[in-house]
Amino acid sequence: MKILVMVKQVPDTATRIRMAPDGASIATDGIKWVINPYDEFAIEEALQIRERFQGEVVVISVGPQRVEEAIRQTLAMGADRGIHVKTDAGLDSYQAAAALAAVARLETFDLILTGKQAVDDDAAQVGPLISVFLEIPQVTVVLKLSINPDTQRLVAERELEGAIEVVELPYPAVVTAQRGLNEPRYPTLPNIMKAKKKEVRVESLEALGIDTVPKVRVTALSEPPTRPSAKILTGDPIEAAQQLVNLLHDEAKVL
Amino acid sequence: MADDILVILQQEAGKVRRVALEMLSLAQQLRPGQVTAVTFGPDAESTKDVLGRYGADRMIALNQDVFAHYSSDGFAEAVRQIQNAVAATALMFPATAWGKDLAPRVAGLLQAGLASDCTEIRSESNGRLVATRPVYAGKAFATVQIDSPVQIFSIRPNIQSVKETNRSAEPFDCPIDLQALSFQSKVVEVRTQATETVELTEAEIIVSGGRGMKGPENFQLLDNLAQALGAAVGSSRPVADEGWVPHSYHIGQTGKVVSPNVYFAIGISGAIQHLAGISGSKYIVAINSDPEAPIFKAANYGIVGNLFDVVPAVTEAVHRLKAEQ
Ligand SMILES: Cc1cc2nc3c(=O)[nH]c(=O)nc-3n(C[C@H](O)[C@H](O)[C@H](O)COP(=O)(O)OP(=O)(O)OC[C@H]3O[C@@H](n4cnc5c(N)ncnc54)[C@H](O)[C@@H]3O)c2cc1C
Repeated sequence: MKILVMVKQVPDTATRIRMAPDGASIATDGIKWVINPYDEFAIEEALQIRERFQGEVVVISVGPQRVEEAIRQTLAMGADRGIHVKTDAGLDSYQAAAALAAVARLETFDLILTGKQAVDDDAAQVGPLISVFLEIPQVTVVLKLSINPDTQRLVAERELEGAIEVVELPYPAVVTAQRGLNEPRYPTLPNIMKAKKKEVRVESLEALGIDTVPKVRVTALSEPPTRPSAKILTGDPIEAAQQLVNLLHDEAKVL
Repeated sequence: MADDILVILQQEAGKVRRVALEMLSLAQQLRPGQVTAVTFGPDAESTKDVLGRYGADRMIALNQDVFAHYSSDGFAEAVRQIQNAVAATALMFPATAWGKDLAPRVAGLLQAGLASDCTEIRSESNGRLVATRPVYAGKAFATVQIDSPVQIFSIRPNIQSVKETNRSAEPFDCPIDLQALSFQSKVVEVRTQATETVELTEAEIIVSGGRGMKGPENFQLLDNLAQALGAAVGSSRPVADEGWVPHSYHIGQTGKVVSPNVYFAIGISGAIQHLAGISGSKYIVAINSDPEAPIFKAANYGIVGNLFDVVPAVTEAVHRLKAEQ
């Protein structure tokens, strides 16, 4: 099994988001960059599949210089090698997926894994877009994955609103990971040392033939509307509870 | 139909989710008289009345047997063929598990830009649509322009209001070349989880518990309050990780993002990742024993106190209110 894992580097979820002076992006100074949490499930799943069926796990990421660190972290978790599509351009989902699909085409593969969405732009598009570009099937938001190498088919359980959906499909395919799929491992010290020597190949958008004109542009970014400061009730619980219900009924008019 | 909005929606046994009606009402407001609904499955036609009432001028029902079970590749190719036939300028999908799976696949086939999980869409003077969508799980809001000729949007449930009229939807026959459809990825089974009564992303009221609940046995207190309010029950992440409640309860940046009328955060401290998932709530109520808990900064109303005293008292007060009504 040759598995490609598509990884994005994103601001840590504890980051307080501040706006940049251009009004259309975030201020990036002081941000701690991490692997997108959902992509960690994808990496872990790939490593477990390799443990079961042998093969190779190749991690691919698009972004500026700092992204190499995210790739090195996945190598320390156990991935075999990395490919860094290096660019300072702010790509939309469509272009990022086009770049990742272009690399995948050059590499060839049995399976592509990635997170169900990146926690920065929350678009949840890259997985399905890659699969359309490569003309292969997809299954998204996966909680459980089983692979049958004899029939070259997958059975996946995906999360719906209040239900689990069981999906069957042939592979090569794209699978996007949901929290619950597995418990991502931590890098061990020997693996961190080994990761330093593993190959990270650099690719460019030009060489891959990706144009940098986005289809979707962010024209403005604003802070969420602030709430008026809270009415805080203290004292006797029974009185406070009655006051709360009165406020929700009379003032907020939601009960 | 060239200026139409195609509203792609899911139906099951003739029933549609509320977000379908929200999309139709929104589309009707943006392009009056130019809304075409598309549904799939053998029962597709039986949704005609309700779709018309809420905003569909026309309806395309793909009622062939092959559409009885969802297939991302099969359904996406069908939507592509419909779009080729009607040449709409905009498509809308629900930002549900179904729509989020299908919409990007259609966007790829049509080489069009997609804005996911939009909370607002408005029309510019030139007729192009502009969307607002939360990013960083609601820590910021982006205004997005889609530059491709066809604009695609997925719409977050529970944000748009619905408008009922006496319109009726005209059936529109759109032949599909079934031979060109592949159905590689196929749904073979759907298991509903009996535990959830109201789905969190669609709930009007959510009662949510955190580590302050102390243990799984105490969630009965929240179930009682939820029952009095007709609410859904949710939780912070550690509580779901501990197995006190199912994973589907987990709300926040790495869980469900919710937008109810009222969100009760009970024994939840208000970590930034949790707040990210609830910022779309109209009102936030915090119940916490620590007056310094960050949740009070995000709340509209708060009670400082021991939840084990306060929650039953709130439940009682709600019962009294409901009895009066
Ligand atoms: C990558 C990442 C992603 C994350 N994603 C999420 C996410 O999506 N959702 C999420 O929720 N968390 C998430 N977290 C975890 C988050 O950082 C917090 O740890 C978590 O939200 C805290 O949960 P809590 O409020 O239930 O518990 P605590 O922070 O322990 O708070 C418990 C609260 O209960 C109060 N309390 C205790 N006893 C009582 C009582 N008797 N009466 C009243 N109040 C009482 C306390 O005062 C306290 O405020 C994430 C963390 C990371 C690192």
